[in-house]
Amino acid sequence: MESMAIADRLRAEFPDEILHSYLNQGQAAVVVRSGRIVDILRWLRTTETIHMDHLRSLCGVDNARRRGPGLARFEVVYNLYSIALRHEIRVRAEVEDKEPAIDSVVELWASANWMERETYDLFGIRFNNHPDLRRVLLPEDWVGHPLRKDYPLKGKVEWSGMTELLEKTKNLDRFGFKPDGQATPKEDDQ
Amino acid sequence: MTRPIIKTETKNLEIPVADGEGDRYSLRMGPQHPATHGVLRVDLELDGETIVACTPQVGYLHRGFEKLAENKTYTQTLILTDRLDYIAAMANNVGYCVAVERLLGISVPPRAQYIRTMVAEMSRLCSHLLWLATHALDIGAMTVFLYCFREREVLLDLFEELCGARLTFSYPRIGGVRQDVTTRFIDELQRFLDIFPGRIDEYETLIDTNRIWLKRTVGVGKVTGEEALALGLTGACLRGSGVDYDLRKHQPYDAYGLVDFEVPLGSDGDIYARYRCRMEEMHQSARIIQQCIDQLPPGPIIGPDAPDLVMPNKAPARLEAGTNAYGTGLIKLIRDRDPYLAGDVYVATEVPKGELGFYFIADGNNRPYRMHIRSPSFIHIGALAALAKGELIADLIANIGSLDVVLGESDR
Repeated sequence: MESMAIADRLRAEFPDEILHSYLNQGQAAVVVRSGRIVDILRWLRTTETIHMDHLRSLCGVDNARRRGPGLARFEVVYNLYSIALRHEIRVRAEVEDKEPAIDSVVELWASANWMERETYDLFGIRFNNHPDLRRVLLPEDWVGHPLRKDYPLKGKVEWSGMTELLEKTKNLDRFGFKPDGQATPKEDDQ
Repeated sequence: MTRPIIKTETKNLEIPVADGEGDRYSLRMGPQHPATHGVLRVDLELDGETIVACTPQVGYLHRGFEKLAENKTYTQTLILTDRLDYIAAMANNVGYCVAVERLLGISVPPRAQYIRTMVAEMSRLCSHLLWLATHALDIGAMTVFLYCFREREVLLDLFEELCGARLTFSYPRIGGVRQDVTTRFIDELQRFLDIFPGRIDEYETLIDTNRIWLKRTVGVGKVTGEEALALGLTGACLRGSGVDYDLRKHQPYDAYGLVDFEVPLGSDGDIYARYRCRMEEMHQSARIIQQCIDQLPPGPIIGPDAPDLVMPNKAPARLEAGTNAYGTGLIKLIRDRDPYLAGDVYVATEVPKGELGFYFIADGNNRPYRMHIRSPSFIHIGALAALAKGELIADLIANIGSLDVVLGESDR
C-alpha cells in the first residue's frame, strides 16, 4: 500500500489523535498525540491490509532548538515496517515538556523494552507500564539526560563514579608485583 | 540552561557470592569474560547450571556518537561510523552514506555504487569469518579459528590495497567513494574469489556434521519466527527462523537491485540454523562480488552534487591554502555546501549483524539536528535474556556467539 494511503486510513480511524501527516523523500510520517499511542500502534500492527509487524526503531527527539511551528518539546518516533506487505510508516508522538511520559509499547513488541530504556536513559522520557525502566547505557547514578539539547557537550565536573574508580586504582598501586606473579603488599604499608 | 554533572551519593554495589545455602546463586559473567565478545556483562541467576534469570548489562563502550553527530558536519560523522561495528566497518560506512544521500537527495554514479556493493560484501565476509572463528572457538572447535583467519587476512590485505586501512576505512564518501579501484586490487580479489568457495567447504568439513558441534547447536537457543520478529532480531538471526527479511532485497540500495543473489532461509530457528544461514550467505556474498567485478561500469566515482569534502584523487606534493592545483586546498575540503535540505528520513541497510538503521532529522543546517542509530547488536543483546532463560550456562555462550553481537555497535 502507498505510504500516504496508510496515513489517510489512520486519520480516518483516529480523527482526534492525528495532528498532521506529510511525505518526505518518499517516506510518509504522521504526527500524533501521545494519549492513545498504544491503540494507534496496535491498530497499525493488527489491521489486515497494513500489518506493521516489525518495529524498526524507537527513539526520542528533543525539539528545543528545532525550527518549525507548533512543535512539542519532546517526540517519540516509531519507525514501522511490514515484512509481509513491504511498506513502511513513521509515527511521531508528541510528548510535553513537564514530566515527559508516554505509554510503553512493550506489550506489542518485546524489542521495545530496550529501545524505551535507551530513550529514558538519554532523554528522560518516562514510559508508563514499562516492566523494567532503568538506565541502560549510562551508569545508574548518572545525573541528567545527555541527548537533551540543554545538556552540554562537555561537562565541567567528572562523573562521580570516576573519583571512586581512580581511588581504587590508587589502592591497586600499593601492591607490588613479584616475578612469580603473586601480588603482595609493599612493606611500608604494614 | 546547562546541566552540570554533579556528585551524588553512590551506593556500594553488592557483589553476590555463592554461599552454599540452597541451590540458587548469582553469577556475574564479564564485563571482560573471554567468551562475551567484548565488554558485555551478564548477571545470571542460576539454579545449578540452569539459568533462571539473565540480565545483560551494556554501556561500557558508550561514547555518545548520537550526541557527537549533532555537533559535527555530515562528512565528519562518517569516521564515527567506523567505530560502530569495527569488525565490518565498511558496511557501516556504506550504510551511513546511503542514509545521508537519501536525506539530502544526492545521486551516486553507477561505478561508485558497484564498488560500494563490492566492498560491503567483502566486509560481510570479514565479519562472518570472524564470527565463525570465534563462535566455533567458544563452543570448543579450536581448529576453525586459524582457517578463518587465513582468509580474513587476505581480505584485510585487499582493503589495505584499496584504501590504506585494515580496520577503520572511511572509504565510501557521501555521493560516491574516495578512490577508484586499481587493476591490481581487482586481480587479487578475483584470485581470492576463485579459491574462496572451496575454503568454505573446508570449514564445513570441519564442523558441519561434527558430533560435538551438532550437540552444542541443534535445538539450542530456539526461537520461532514470530518471537524473533517481536524480539526485533534481524539479519541471519531472523532468517534462521524462516522469516524472509533482507533489506538488500526488500529496499535495494546501491547496486543490490542489479545483481542476482539468493537469501538463504532456515526453518528451525536454533543456533545450527543461524550457522547454516551465515555459511550460505558467504557463498552468496562471493557471488555478488563476482558479479560486481564482471559488471563494473566505467565512469566517475563521485557524484557532482556531493558535498565538497572530497579528497583529491591525486595528492598534490604540497597542500598550502590557495597555492595548489585544488584552488584553496584544504580550505576547500572543509567548506560546506549550501543550502541543505530539511526533513526527516529513516534509512536502513543490511549489515552483517542485521538491520543498521539511521534516523536523521535535518533542519537545513550542515549538521544533523538528530541522528539515531538503530544498531542490531543493541537489540540482539536485549533479546538475549529471552533466548537464554531456562537453558544451561554453557548454552548462553553459544547463544551470545550465535546472535553475533559487537559491543562497539551496541553501546555507540
